[in-house]
Amino acid sequence: MSILIGNDTIAICQGFTGSQATLHCEQAIEYGTNLVGGVTPGKAGERHLDRPVFGDVKSAVEKTKANTSIIFVPAKFCKDSINEALDAGIKLIIVITEGIPTLDMLSLKIKADEFGSMIIGPNCPGLITPGVCKLGIMPADIHKKGKVGIVSRSGTLTYEAVDQTSQIGLGQSSCVGIGGDPIPGSNFIDILKLFELDDQTEGIVMVGEIGGTAEEEAAEFIKSNISKPVVAYIAGVSAPAGKRMGHAGAIISGGKGTANEKFLALENAGVVTVKSPALIGKTISDLLNFKK
Amino acid sequence: MNLHEHQAKTLFKSYDLPTSNFFVASKVEEAKELAKKLNVSKWVVKAQVHAGGRGKAGGVEVVESLDDVETFAKKWLGKNLVTYQTDKNGQPVNSILIEECTEISSELYLGIVVDRSTRSIVVMASPEGGVNIEEVAENNPEKIFKASVKIEEEASDDDAKRLAQGLNLNSEQTNQFIDIFKNLSKLFIEKDLALVEINPLVIDDKNKLKCLDGKVTVDSNALFRHEELMSLRDTSQEEQRELEASKWDLNYVSLEGEIGCMVNGAGLAMGTMDIIKLAGGFPANFLDVGGGVNEKNVSEAFKIILSDQKVKAILINIFGGIVKCDVVAEGIISAVKEVGVDIPVIVRLKGNNANIAQEILTKSDLNIIFEPDLSTAAEKAVELSK
Repeated sequence: MSILIGNDTIAICQGFTGSQATLHCEQAIEYGTNLVGGVTPGKAGERHLDRPVFGDVKSAVEKTKANTSIIFVPAKFCKDSINEALDAGIKLIIVITEGIPTLDMLSLKIKADEFGSMIIGPNCPGLITPGVCKLGIMPADIHKKGKVGIVSRSGTLTYEAVDQTSQIGLGQSSCVGIGGDPIPGSNFIDILKLFELDDQTEGIVMVGEIGGTAEEEAAEFIKSNISKPVVAYIAGVSAPAGKRMGHAGAIISGGKGTANEKFLALENAGVVTVKSPALIGKTISDLLNFKK
Repeated sequence: MNLHEHQAKTLFKSYDLPTSNFFVASKVEEAKELAKKLNVSKWVVKAQVHAGGRGKAGGVEVVESLDDVETFAKKWLGKNLVTYQTDKNGQPVNSILIEECTEISSELYLGIVVDRSTRSIVVMASPEGGVNIEEVAENNPEKIFKASVKIEEEASDDDAKRLAQGLNLNSEQTNQFIDIFKNLSKLFIEKDLALVEINPLVIDDKNKLKCLDGKVTVDSNALFRHEELMSLRDTSQEEQRELEASKWDLNYVSLEGEIGCMVNGAGLAMGTMDIIKLAGGFPANFLDVGGGVNEKNVSEAFKIILSDQKVKAILINIFGGIVKCDVVAEGIISAVKEVGVDIPVIVRLKGNNANIAQEILTKSDLNIIFEPDLSTAAEKAVELSK
């Protein structure tokens, strides 16, 4: 099995005809993803990438039975797009877009919970279940079907973890980028829960970064709910306080959200931490081999 | 995006949050005249910079004559104010705020933020005003009172009353506080703010509540729907290399070390800094060239790194996903040719077209060290920076 996306996924893309969406949807289709069409307002009835274009999500869902949407819409229109996906009954909404206002995400998160839908992102690389389904902007060829579940706040650090676990022969069950924003649609706990239940996942890699307390909350959760081995890396030990490090959510404010606090919380929860992102692959490999 | 105190107070006024009467002077000649217009005999004059800690740095004074107002204006306008929150150069004082002096009977704290862990907007109030609220949170957490506010609903009277009780307000003050609480919440939501701190919120000698200081941060991602706030950005308060970088869609943060970094992705950029530190060096900067990187961006990024005199070696770490490594390689070569580099450049390229990139760099005859292993690349950079 895998988590979130797999053989049951029927996906559409919102902002389908834009240049980034086109590039990544083309790759997704080539990868074998069941991407059945897309939405671009004003372009209903056209065809794009040999698939139908709809004017709104509702008609796309009615025609295609889509259960998943990947969104590439510009930040200022994203709130409307996500709302539209929720209203149309989409259960998994993957938001690649960066720069969505925080208050928009606050109200969207509440609504998604009410509707029983899951938002992944925003400001994230998306999701991949290697060999089966790719809905994101990650380079496909570094992935390998396998046993490590990866959840991360950072795109390129996910690629590092993927590359290392592929090179060492473990491969990945699914990889989830939860994004670098202060209010993500899903957090570590949401994803850890799924990895724990997934048969294919034997070990978990968690990549966090400075800012907020999501890693501390995850540590608390891991303590009593996760039986699989977890390796964690937290980026930003060397980051100064009060400075935003690229991601909207990566900032140490009021002395809170430092990497050291997060490392400590995770270690106390029995997580094996690495201080260098170059050691992720080797460490999870050692841990899984030791378990045998 | 941060606002100046005077901009925050103008915003407060438009939401009926009580402030003192004030004027803003940007020229020495107008300071006296503006102070006179306030028609009082005692003033507070405050240097307008974004950084906190102005009082301790001499940037805030209580004065009792118009001449002293002028002296203060002369002392600060056009100068830089250095506080514990700025670097050693400080931030330029382009204007001063002149306001009527308030006789204070007690100082309170009021703030509003988005709380990431509870995913809600939270108002915080404390009877311990005027001091660093983080210290209160650390030492006397029971003296901070919180209430959450919903985006779709008006802030509730009951929450306001509960906070007022925590602040030990009497019934007249409580009525004032209810309005402040509601208007502050409205302001926060309507203007897409990320943070408001009123520290202190005071009770004056006439039993009136007043916002004596104002720190406001706007959610930069929401500026597209707030044209009125966009014009309030004061780039003179920003670090100049960071500002230059932002023009090229580069995320740059200046740091204290000697190894310049150029990386794609914010997480990997932090990770690269961490590895440098593990190898015994210190990063000179955080620099994320982003996903939409092209030859021109890379070249500009290079120039920004080199403009920092502290930099003794450069480590370039690219994991090509959307980014093509060969594009980055071309950018490095054109930058090195254009600006000339006499310090070691260590390059680690992985992923999309990394082999083509390596070929390009090897053929270039430039002094570039190619190292595919991340840890080794960092070790080399540290070694060569010494």
